[in-house]
Amino acid sequence: MSATQPQATSTDLERVWASPPTLQGWLGMVNHKAIGKRFLATGLVFFLLGGLFALLARLQLAYPQLEILDAQAYNEVFTMHGVTMAFLFIVPVLEGFAIFILPLMVGTRDLPYPRLTAFGYWVYLMAGVFLFASFLVEVPDGGWYAYVPFTGPDFSPGFGMDFWLLGVTFLEISAIAAGIEIIALLVKNRAPGMTISRMPLFGWAMLVTGFIILFAFPTLIVGSILLEIDRKVGTVFYNPEVGGSAILWQHMFWWFGHPDVYIWLLPGIGAVSMIISTFARTPLVGYTWVVATTIVIGVLSFGVWVHHMFTVGLPLLTISFFGGASLVFAVASGIQVFAWIATLWRGTIVWSTPMLFSIGAVVTFIIGGLSGVTLGVVPFNWLAHDTYYVVAHFHYVVIGGTVLPMFAAAYYWWPKLTGRMLDERLGKWNFWIAIVGLHLTFLPQHIVGFLGMPRRVYTFLPGLGWEPYNLASTVGVLISAVGVLLFVFAAIKSRWAPLAPPDPWGAGTLEWSTDSPVPNANFERLPIVHSRYPLWEQPSLEEGPEDWARRLDTLTQPGHRMREVVTTSEIDGDLQTIITLPQQSQWPWLTSLMITLALVGVLFDAYWLALAGVVATVVCALGWAWPGRDYDPIDER
Amino acid sequence: MLNGRLERVVADVAERPSSLTPQGPAAESLASLWWVMFWLAMAVFVAVMVLLALSIVRRRDLPLEADRFTGETLAGGSNWLMLGGGVILPTAVTLLLMVLMVTTGADLRALGNPSQPLVVEVTGYKFWWDVRYPDAGVRTGNEIQIPAGRPVEFHVTSADVIHSFWVPQLGGKIDMTPGEVNTLRLQADEPGVYRGLCTEYCGIQHAHMHFIVVATPPDEFDAWLAERVDPPEEPTEALAQEGRELFERAQCVYCHTVDGVSPDVDLGPDLTHFASRRTIGAGMLPNEPDNLAEWILDPQAIKPGNRMPPTPLTDEEVQALIAYLETLE
Repeated sequence: MSATQPQATSTDLERVWASPPTLQGWLGMVNHKAIGKRFLATGLVFFLLGGLFALLARLQLAYPQLEILDAQAYNEVFTMHGVTMAFLFIVPVLEGFAIFILPLMVGTRDLPYPRLTAFGYWVYLMAGVFLFASFLVEVPDGGWYAYVPFTGPDFSPGFGMDFWLLGVTFLEISAIAAGIEIIALLVKNRAPGMTISRMPLFGWAMLVTGFIILFAFPTLIVGSILLEIDRKVGTVFYNPEVGGSAILWQHMFWWFGHPDVYIWLLPGIGAVSMIISTFARTPLVGYTWVVATTIVIGVLSFGVWVHHMFTVGLPLLTISFFGGASLVFAVASGIQVFAWIATLWRGTIVWSTPMLFSIGAVVTFIIGGLSGVTLGVVPFNWLAHDTYYVVAHFHYVVIGGTVLPMFAAAYYWWPKLTGRMLDERLGKWNFWIAIVGLHLTFLPQHIVGFLGMPRRVYTFLPGLGWEPYNLASTVGVLISAVGVLLFVFAAIKSRWAPLAPPDPWGAGTLEWSTDSPVPNANFERLPIVHSRYPLWEQPSLEEGPEDWARRLDTLTQPGHRMREVVTTSEIDGDLQTIITLPQQSQWPWLTSLMITLALVGVLFDAYWLALAGVVATVVCALGWAWPGRDYDPIDER
Repeated sequence: MLNGRLERVVADVAERPSSLTPQGPAAESLASLWWVMFWLAMAVFVAVMVLLALSIVRRRDLPLEADRFTGETLAGGSNWLMLGGGVILPTAVTLLLMVLMVTTGADLRALGNPSQPLVVEVTGYKFWWDVRYPDAGVRTGNEIQIPAGRPVEFHVTSADVIHSFWVPQLGGKIDMTPGEVNTLRLQADEPGVYRGLCTEYCGIQHAHMHFIVVATPPDEFDAWLAERVDPPEEPTEALAQEGRELFERAQCVYCHTVDGVSPDVDLGPDLTHFASRRTIGAGMLPNEPDNLAEWILDPQAIKPGNRMPPTPLTDEEVQALIAYLETLE
């Protein structure tokens, strides 16, 4: 921790990077830290809502033939549970962590396209509100995967699926914006000297995630637009009666949907790698192995979508290839798990809440991974597909690979997010309660799957032998809920905790070299990096080639009233040039609002409104792109 | 009260639909595939957990911060750990599983490989099953008779949304997709009654879209099939005759086929030989007069959201209708 002197950032620099404390300033804010926190806070709200849906669904299934929810309400609740968790919670929260922490971790002042960051947030918020507005009209009931023809015009004639299709499509824009942003940041804005092989593993995870987003999400957007046209205009892309195909949607959905699983997973395991290394007090063993694995997972994730479709009746040879490809993930995960074990083996372990959550995540993830291997074996999939065995499997993977790591990340980076620590004692209670709850929820579901219980049933007949397992699951969810509420309580309580030092955990990466909470400009002087763990391995973050040091020094004096950062070369991290980032702007939220208006128009067949919304969107985009001043003219010096 | 009868339809009519009590060759090879994978997975899990625990509790020789900078020098040993545990172990297990996957898969698809299999066509409807024996020209619904010990080839499709056809005790499942016909070969080794279910979410009553598979000795099956070729005899009893009239007058005929009485319609299950079936409401209630009366008067109270509307009949009329339905052996 030799290089972690707190940096008092100069007032001039701070003022250039600050947002005015007015409504305009709040709406037009583009700072990555503020936007990242907005993503996280909004995501937490959706997590609680998605959890509430899970709780309702589980209460209904506690005992056969209960009538807590009727059939229709149950179908809406399980659909909205999936939609909320998959689209409105996991991906945005991962983006939130990335948007907040990555610029700090790679040592720069902001993301390369700050207005796009802000736009991404507004799109997310408005798409979320749009999807939840369905509760005022008609709630979608076609599952998060929205299979046709169930969701087509013949079988879901109401507004519910239109909310789904328009809302989810809109939301994907937010993910793509974040994907572009993160790739550009990690390729061009790393600190001088941070060669690509010195990039922290969370960075690698997010870089690959960014590319997966770019290749996966457009397919869902196109697929959804085709279905919406089927519904609104009467085309027949998915209508088998007149030559369309019901299977086409499944291909398009899972071409997105399977890579999406790795979009959830990679950031989670990237965060776990950071945390395990910090609390084992040693660099992660097998950095190169893990990076290679991450890239291989990213590529392979596009080669296994058919394993969601083993029962649709495709030729055995075809699906066997996809089964084989799915099994290869066992090797990729094996490398990742053994890198963690080797790191723990070498290190000296410090137990903290983030570390507990990380180890809990690893164990949970391994169980989910093993059941995943069995599902990749095609004939067994014919048995287990669409039963509770699958429900158990993917909850293990998502909770072990994403949700527990996110809790770990929240406890870990909370001092950077808020300047204060979360209560460690509450954190440990939170962990143990959550871990007991989730295993009690999902372990029995493997068994009830074998006993023949299909997914997505609103109730079941008594006497099939499913009762004890379902009751256990329900009790498990109630216990998990207590764990989640403890986290919320800890988050509120942390407001009154004392301020944290810059590096409370003794970690080695750049985000810990600046103050907690982080100043507006992130670093007074941008760091120069010579190693993977600069705070552990470098005596100073200021020394480097004379030319670099001189140019970085000039950036500490914002003489031009501009938001300046540096770009570096893609591989070697050589300092290249100084670029100016745009200041705050009202256009991002206005553009997003206009798109929302257009979508409301399409939703209710008010095409005049849709047209007006499109025109207004174009106008806003023009306003956004209009050449303007990149500096603050009021504060002339 | 309903719960008690539901419990009876489960306990009395068919076995529990558990994949772990297989009753045919396909389900047996799936179950044994599972147990092989289960023990492999357990072995891997225990091994990894032991390593993880050891890595956490092992005695440290070095003080807290001493070995932080030795990452590269220690990399040699950890590379071997990673190669062994991360690459060789999972690759070996994976290759074994790939072989099992391909051989088991091919066995199941070809099951028994008979030259002239018995074909049964099953079509999924929201929320019931239409069953046809194309070679014999016989139609029924929600209950499939098959000969024990003989492979049966199911040709499945859907008339509306995607359903999925699964008899856990007999084998794997296959989707019923509109516009496509999928085949699935199953065999029941012994005579018995097995429960099947829809496993693809298909709407409001997906939960109660079950069916019954009845496996009988082959000669019994042949006799059953032969009997079903002819339409049922006209009722002779006065009450039943009245019921037959009601069947036409109360609009039952628009949705339900009774061979010789109403045309071939598919809005509801075929009722030609209804009296010999074990359940009503697609595996939901035992086929008994009281349940039937309740179902006819208000099917929405039992299975809300199914396609059958309530039929406003007096008590006498219901008794007559049931008397007629009871003659449809």
